[in-house]
Amino acid sequence: MSINLTLLIVMGVLYACGIYLILERSLTRVLLGLMLLANATNILILSTGGYAGLAPLFTKETSPDSYNDPLPQALILTSIVISFAVTAFMLGIIYRTWVLARQDEIQDDLEDRRVAETPSFDAEDDAIVPLETSEFAVTPASTSDRDHPEATETPNTSTTREGGSA
Amino acid sequence: MITVLAITFVAATVAPLIFSKLGRNAFYALAAVPAGAFIWLIFQYGPVYSGGGIEEVLPWIPSLKLELAFRMDPLAWVMSLLILGVGSLVLVYCARYFKNKDADLGGFGAQLLAFAGAMFGLVTSDDLLMLFIFWELTTILSYLLIGYARTRLAARRSALQALMVTTAGGLAMLVGLIILGQAAGTYRISAILDQAGALMTGPMQGAVAAAVVLILAGAVTKSALVPFHFWLPGAMAAPTPVSAYLHAAAMVKAGIYIVARLAPGFSESEFWLPVVLGLGLATMLVGGYRALRQTDIKLILAYGTVSQLGFLTMVVGLGRPDAALAGLALLLAHGLFKAALFLVVGIIDHQSGTRDIRKLSGVFRSSRALGVVAAIAAASMAGVMPLAGFVAKESVLEAFVHFATGHDAPAWGIWMLVGLVIGSILTFAYSARFMWGAFATKPGVEPTPFKPIKPAFLAAPAILSLLTIVYGLWPEPVDSWIQPYAALFADRPDAVDAGHLALWHGFTPALGLTAITFVAGAAMFYGRSMVSRAQSLVPDWVDGDRAYQHTIGALDDIAVWVTGRTQRGSLYFYLAVILTVAFAVPATALIMANKPLPDGIYLIDPNSPLQIVAGAGIVVGALAAVRANKRFLAVLMVSVTGYGIALMFALQGAPDLALTQMLVETIVLVAFVLAMRSLPAELRDRTGGRLRVIRVIIGAAFGITMIFVAIYAMGARVATPISLDFPRLAYEGGGGLNVVNVTLVDIRAWDTFGEISVLAIAATGVASLIFVRSRGDRIKTSDAVPEGSVGRRTGVDRDSRDGATLAVAKKFTDVTRDAWLVAGRTLAPERRSIIFEVVTRLIFHSMIVFSIYLLLAGHNLPGGGFAGGLTAGLALTIRYLAGGRFELSEAATISAGTLLGTGLATAAASGLVPLFLGGQVFQSAIIEFWLPVFGDIKFVTSTIFDIGVYIVVVGLALDVLRSLGAEIDEHFEGKGAPLSEEDAAGHADLAEEAAESTASGKGTA
Repeated sequence: MSINLTLLIVMGVLYACGIYLILERSLTRVLLGLMLLANATNILILSTGGYAGLAPLFTKETSPDSYNDPLPQALILTSIVISFAVTAFMLGIIYRTWVLARQDEIQDDLEDRRVAETPSFDAEDDAIVPLETSEFAVTPASTSDRDHPEATETPNTSTTREGGSA
Repeated sequence: MITVLAITFVAATVAPLIFSKLGRNAFYALAAVPAGAFIWLIFQYGPVYSGGGIEEVLPWIPSLKLELAFRMDPLAWVMSLLILGVGSLVLVYCARYFKNKDADLGGFGAQLLAFAGAMFGLVTSDDLLMLFIFWELTTILSYLLIGYARTRLAARRSALQALMVTTAGGLAMLVGLIILGQAAGTYRISAILDQAGALMTGPMQGAVAAAVVLILAGAVTKSALVPFHFWLPGAMAAPTPVSAYLHAAAMVKAGIYIVARLAPGFSESEFWLPVVLGLGLATMLVGGYRALRQTDIKLILAYGTVSQLGFLTMVVGLGRPDAALAGLALLLAHGLFKAALFLVVGIIDHQSGTRDIRKLSGVFRSSRALGVVAAIAAASMAGVMPLAGFVAKESVLEAFVHFATGHDAPAWGIWMLVGLVIGSILTFAYSARFMWGAFATKPGVEPTPFKPIKPAFLAAPAILSLLTIVYGLWPEPVDSWIQPYAALFADRPDAVDAGHLALWHGFTPALGLTAITFVAGAAMFYGRSMVSRAQSLVPDWVDGDRAYQHTIGALDDIAVWVTGRTQRGSLYFYLAVILTVAFAVPATALIMANKPLPDGIYLIDPNSPLQIVAGAGIVVGALAAVRANKRFLAVLMVSVTGYGIALMFALQGAPDLALTQMLVETIVLVAFVLAMRSLPAELRDRTGGRLRVIRVIIGAAFGITMIFVAIYAMGARVATPISLDFPRLAYEGGGGLNVVNVTLVDIRAWDTFGEISVLAIAATGVASLIFVRSRGDRIKTSDAVPEGSVGRRTGVDRDSRDGATLAVAKKFTDVTRDAWLVAGRTLAPERRSIIFEVVTRLIFHSMIVFSIYLLLAGHNLPGGGFAGGLTAGLALTIRYLAGGRFELSEAATISAGTLLGTGLATAAASGLVPLFLGGQVFQSAIIEFWLPVFGDIKFVTSTIFDIGVYIVVVGLALDVLRSLGAEIDEHFEGKGAPLSEEDAAGHADLAEEAAESTASGKGTA
């Protein structure tokens, strides 16, 4: 059992700074925060490898536990390159936001605000529909039903199926 | 049965094609399917009634005990008779009801036929889950059928209402079915009914009683019983043939069917009779009462149906042999007369254009045949001799007289009988009202214009009315169909003889009640103006429809409220909530567990005491990054932490990581500068005050929690790390000395393959974010580019320091001998740097060679595909920074997309080829051979995988340069917007620093 407090404290500070930064409106800072979080996580993984040791380059004489654990190292290597790709991607987003909106700030979603203020009335649900007492409007048989207007004043000539679909 | 179902559904699938060929006559073709099935059904009479039913089981998912189990017993047979018979008649009727030009006829026909199939499946399935599937199938199809007139709001709304109500009930039913199935240990309905008695008294009796109530809830919603009766009148927005089939004969009977199916087993369940009789009677009375208020003949029928459904539920659910006999008899009679009446209403609407009784007048005079057909059906509904309705209702009254007056009759039994009689009186009254409203010649109302009816149109209702008469005069066949079902109740302790259906039983109490019904009903009809005045005096009772509207409205309100509270549209809010949960839960768990700190905690690693220095550097960098108010300063500070971590890796014994981290950090720094050169230098912190305090608290708490979580997690470790075997595995299996590299390309190659796929995707994402329209893979050579045209700057003062630099640069560009860089001449003079170009020329090729060395040596020494690829990427970066974007395309003549694809393909091939050679995916082999100059060579095939990784990483780096570098350059020039002084300066400074760090990166390696 070996727990390297130095590494863990560094990790804690990086996490704290990263979290502080991603709770910011500026996209650049959010990205920096993400990078710090990635670094913090790498340190966390590294610390699971235990004591510092020999570089994991195999020699027959060395016992396996005197190397620094190679498995966390392999995981971190993957993580480093992935964070590079993600960072580049975020940079692309930041640039595009800047080109489109001339700002690199995370805006509140106004649509969400509007939804919050929406009254629950919904025409589809709540509008009053006149009682329909026929599927077939009384029109002279000769004229085309398709041109029949949607709603009319008298209830019995309200609308036809064809009229609706026209 | 399975064949019949399959044929029906296949026919429904191809129905639209038939419609496009035949137009509305295709309905005849569709009608042939249920008609054929009907004939098949008749032939099954023998096996069903003499052989104890036919059974078909097809295993479906045996591990889940799901099977396609079907069983045809007398109940299913009688139900199928109704479903298939009325189904084919309604389809025949549709052929004349609709016009060829009606929209979506094909889909409509298909749905109607599929509906018949689903109902048939519902009544024949012997598995609870299959039953539920068909149940929901009918719900969905009824939604589509009611909403046939897609453009009419009323149709859409009532379709949705029907869907909501019936699915809500269906959901309750599903829960009930599962409880029942689990309690019984089988989902086979016949098996469950066999052990129903044991279930109701066994250890699970509470659960079973609840399950029965839940299943009844499904039946109640489906059969439109109070308090869910409102959807049925609403569903009258459907085309009338749909109403005739779904809302008279078939779908609403599904609820009755469930009651009838379960009654032999569960009618003695605790809550059964209260639910069935209470709701049934209430529905019967409410439906009848409201039917008398309607002025639309279709709505009179709709409320009449509601009333009858309540009636049916009471009878079928009573759980006595005589009631069972009467119940199914009534069910058949109701199917016949109600379907006929709906079809008649459809004809009236079709021919006259209205269903309003205040407008209809003299219809009987216009079409006597229609009047007769309707009169027969309506009389049957009212229970007039000698029709089917009379026979059925007589036996119902008989059963309830027995129930109410028997020696063990409950005290409230007599009230049931009274209720039934009142309901029957109402039924008689609204039947009369229907006939009067639809056909009578009313004084003061103009005779309704009425087009003559074609015989084919009238055929379906006429056949149904004819059957009503036959059934009434000759009820013995029906009696014999139902007796076996009624016999299921015969072993009850209080069972009475089921009796027989007959036209004439003699002068019985039931006949007396019928007489009372007729007299009172007729009186109500003649006093209809008084009745309606009395009804208008009564305030509207609790209206189910309005209650539904309020419920839905309240749901909407809650939804809006919850959405408004949770979906604030603020990322800060979301993240704060998520992160708070993320630290609060583990922190609480840690505090609650209250464990001592594990052993083995140390501050300074004895093997590497310098770590604490590196750690201090990282901490300072991170804090400075947080405080920085200039964009590039913040970026630099994050880089400081990155380089510090590289150092930390080196100190920990991880040279590969240190090398890779160094390279990545450098390229990221360049990428940052390139992408952000157009953004303002200031990095303002807008979220101040209280929010900042919250951020600090969340950040600090998260960090501290993570420290303790890590301590306890690592302290909890008991097993030896599996990686202790890795060195030996790497050497013996992977043929390499560098354990980390072998882990990446061999032991955990799947991981790495996934990772390079992510790289390719991210690279493509970057390219498409910048290039927008394409991936930007076309490459322009520098030949056609005019000299000094790229990045020209204007307005530089000749006498300033800049001016002097410019003069030197111009002189440099005028030199005619071989250029240091291929595309250097394309840059504007003020953009060029002599030293940089020369240095680039000197180190570029060395770096490329070095990168290949890293790639190939990586198997045994620090390095590998990632480090090599990144080094090559850095070399390209330097070329780009020194010579501009045309230099970059001269340096890398292959497009980034091609590189990414090639790399992935190489890696994939190295994984797949072993498969063809008889090995496993990503299995590696060691090939040793001798070459003249190189001597003995040991080649490990996983190196090919590493080459793929190398190419992908180069592609990624190239994509970043081409997008964030070259393409953004072009954006600037395209707009003619010069770079600001400050940004350009930052650009140059950082480029130099980047070059320096590369050098130091190599040093560490």
